[in-house]
Amino acid sequence: MTAYVIRRLWQMIPTIFGVILLIFILFNWVGGDPAQVLAGKISNKEQIESIRHNLGVDRPYYVQLGIFVKQVFTFDFGRSWSTNEEVSHIILTRIGPTLTIMVPVLIITSSLAVMFAIMVAYVRGTMKDRGVMIVCTVVMSVSFLVYIIVFQWLFGFVLGWFPVQGWSESFWKNLLTYSPLPIMLAVFVGLAPELRLYRSFFLDEIHQDYVRTARAKGVSERKVMLKHVMRNALIPILTNVGIALPGIFVGSFLLEVFFSIPGLGREIITAVNRSDFPVIKAVTVYLAIVTMLINLGVDVMYKVVDPRVSFK
Amino acid sequence: MSAVLDNPPAATVHESPGLWTLGWRRLRKDKVGMASLAVVVVFLAMMVLSFFGVIAGDWNKEKGVSYANPEFLAGAENLEAKSMAAKEVSKAPPVDLSDIDPLAPRYKEWEERTKQIAVNEVKRAEVLPFGGDKWGRDVIKKAVKGAQISIFVGIASGLLAVVIGTFLGAMAGYWGGKVNDLLEWFYNIFTSIPYILLILAFAAVAQASGKFGKGIMPIVLILSLTGWTGIYRLIRAEYIKHSNREYVKAAQAIGASNMSRMFRHILPNVSHVSLVQLSQLTVGFIKAEVILSFLGFGVPVDSVSWGTMLSEAQNELVIGKWWQLVAAGASMAVLVTAFSLLTDSLRDALDPKLK
Repeated sequence: MTAYVIRRLWQMIPTIFGVILLIFILFNWVGGDPAQVLAGKISNKEQIESIRHNLGVDRPYYVQLGIFVKQVFTFDFGRSWSTNEEVSHIILTRIGPTLTIMVPVLIITSSLAVMFAIMVAYVRGTMKDRGVMIVCTVVMSVSFLVYIIVFQWLFGFVLGWFPVQGWSESFWKNLLTYSPLPIMLAVFVGLAPELRLYRSFFLDEIHQDYVRTARAKGVSERKVMLKHVMRNALIPILTNVGIALPGIFVGSFLLEVFFSIPGLGREIITAVNRSDFPVIKAVTVYLAIVTMLINLGVDVMYKVVDPRVSFK
Repeated sequence: MSAVLDNPPAATVHESPGLWTLGWRRLRKDKVGMASLAVVVVFLAMMVLSFFGVIAGDWNKEKGVSYANPEFLAGAENLEAKSMAAKEVSKAPPVDLSDIDPLAPRYKEWEERTKQIAVNEVKRAEVLPFGGDKWGRDVIKKAVKGAQISIFVGIASGLLAVVIGTFLGAMAGYWGGKVNDLLEWFYNIFTSIPYILLILAFAAVAQASGKFGKGIMPIVLILSLTGWTGIYRLIRAEYIKHSNREYVKAAQAIGASNMSRMFRHILPNVSHVSLVQLSQLTVGFIKAEVILSFLGFGVPVDSVSWGTMLSEAQNELVIGKWWQLVAAGASMAVLVTAFSLLTDSLRDALDPKLK
């Protein structure tokens, strides 16, 4: 197990280097000279010159790449080009609001989807099953944007059940006053595709021989579904949650934009609008590394869920 | 699309039906598949007609009053149009300042000049079939024009992504070894960055540098350069499977070059995977275009797409003008549903082994 983890970490190095290289090519080479990018955005010539000097624009590309690699490993991306705030400070202060929204979303969506999926899979082929599937297809066909616009208008503006937008300093106020509407929206939109997917995972298991055996030896239906089927279907479900997990750090940027939540997603959108390269570069590189670590974590989790899995 | 399926590859000596003929036969039996194919074809026809200006060519004409009501709501009060009209009336100077105004002597001369320029002020309609937007443009025509751009972006970026993915997948699967290692490294890099972040990083560079071209070119490039990974993986697996098959060895024996084996012998046998992926990617890219255009990173501001319509709709809803939201949202929902169902049917028809 330890050997497995160490080998996986070792294998990450070329990929991390590749990500750094991709971002470098994209921003330093394709993106071009910051003096050109920032013309009209920063009026102070000295500031542009100091940015150019810090990036090493006047030196060969390998020196620039060296500077970038150093930035990644020292967690020092300098300051934002537009607000002059430390990039590390931006990331650390914006991550909280994003997680306040996204952690409940992930937990609620996954548990509701698993619950409904097992219920629908149990009555497969009936009118109930078909009805739920049709509703899912219809719900999925409407753009997320339309849901946000309509829900915010209906529940915030017309009915006044939730504040239209806003954020405060207090965690509990945020969670209990400002988050419920965005969380509800994300759960509503995320539920349909997950329910459909998880239903197919349960259906894959429900016809297996071991299910028949369990029934034959007189195990109750409840136990068959919740213990035998559930445990086996949990493996693909875990994979799916693992894929979705890195996304909680970016958050649903659309929700953050609409509800004025000062999270990482909205910060990235603002950075793209202002051509604030240091912020985008830093977030992209670190999230790629986080994604790789989460993938490793999920692979280790397989062992916990399924003792048959062995690490090569 | 049906034209492609109608022309199966040249029949073999035994006249046994080819992959495409069989697929087409299976698809024809699938009622849901045929219905969704019909809807998609209607949308595509609409796109082509609007591209050549046959329909909705005059979407940009301001025919109605501001936020003109839909026909079925003709009686509803339209405060916005009234206030606009009021503003126009009050343009005349309310106070006579001619004794202190240094330009006063020339006003008459200018007025006469203005009269010489013919202005044909059209009588603006109070109601439009499905209402009007802020500038009094017909919402239905806007939705048709928006469909043209949104679908075109979806299909163009889908095609480009499929070409990139198929080519790289073929390379990795056919050659294996070092080529495979290199491309797998490439694939790992692209997939280790969360997808949305990858798109935004490309969008930032495209926006700042302007090197991705003009008009809808940047968004097509952004979507296709980030979206090729899924199809790459599938095509690679197919090529690994096929490159050792007997028919490929036979082709080698009669002296077919590597390129010929890759693209003339194997490709037709795996192209159904590409077609299904194209369909799936197009749906995804249409959805993505709408969101990116909404955020302002998509199509340029002077053209109209479903995304730009929705971004206008957000403020309109607050003042009770819901028609633009419904027009854009509903036409998109219909197309997306039909396209997704068609994708499922295509997969069933072309690859019966898959579920």
